[in-house]
Amino acid sequence: MALGKTLTIAIMDAPYESSNSTTALRIVHAALEKGHNVNVFAYEGAVNLTMKAQQAHPNPVKGTSVEQEQHPTTKDWVGSLFKLASKKGVKLDWVNCGLCVDERGAGDWIEGPRRGGPKDLLDASSASNATLVIPTK
Amino acid sequence: MAKYLVIESRDPFDSSDSEYFSELVQGISKRGKATTLFLVQNGVLPARKGSKHSNMIAKLVRSKVKVLADGFSLKERAIGKLVNGVEVADMDRLVDLLLEPGTKAIWH
Repeated sequence: MALGKTLTIAIMDAPYESSNSTTALRIVHAALEKGHNVNVFAYEGAVNLTMKAQQAHPNPVKGTSVEQEQHPTTKDWVGSLFKLASKKGVKLDWVNCGLCVDERGAGDWIEGPRRGGPKDLLDASSASNATLVIPTK
Repeated sequence: MAKYLVIESRDPFDSSDSEYFSELVQGISKRGKATTLFLVQNGVLPARKGSKHSNMIAKLVRSKVKVLADGFSLKERAIGKLVNGVEVADMDRLVDLLLEPGTKAIWH
């Protein structure tokens, strides 16, 4: 375990709807790169960020293929963050809010995240050096 | 003493909240608190030199608010020239600021 600090981030935007998702993932990436541990509490639409069934797609309007489009998926991005944490020897604890998951039928996610609840956010926040809440607009 | 890190993702062209939020930031700074405004996403739009709302940012710089603008967001929007006093920053800088002891972070 690295001697870095610990940052907790709460996110609630669904994937592909808001720049907030991109910014949140950029912050997580930067923190891990710097050797810090990161807790993520994903709630409301953000539980869909890690859904395993996400797929890249072609763009029929432009006539581009899946390969040409290089459409990034949030589940791949989050998956790469887990790999980065492992490489850096730091911890990425990603909690998907269970109630939000059940509401959305979003329980099938990639390897890495775990199911939890608001208490996890409280515990993580209490044990962190800093907490940032990124609400939807 | 508490330090304030205020992250602005909204812009005054889209949301009138943005101007009220700017007044809040100025108010915090006027109370003598070290205040940093980090502009990200569309929040960088008023930092463009000559933009309709650039005075809002210039006013904050004059009020001793440290104003940073996310380089990635600027690049996405082809913004080159910034209001005097605004500094380009990245997520590394934001993480450092977030983890500075005694910092209170607010996202808008």
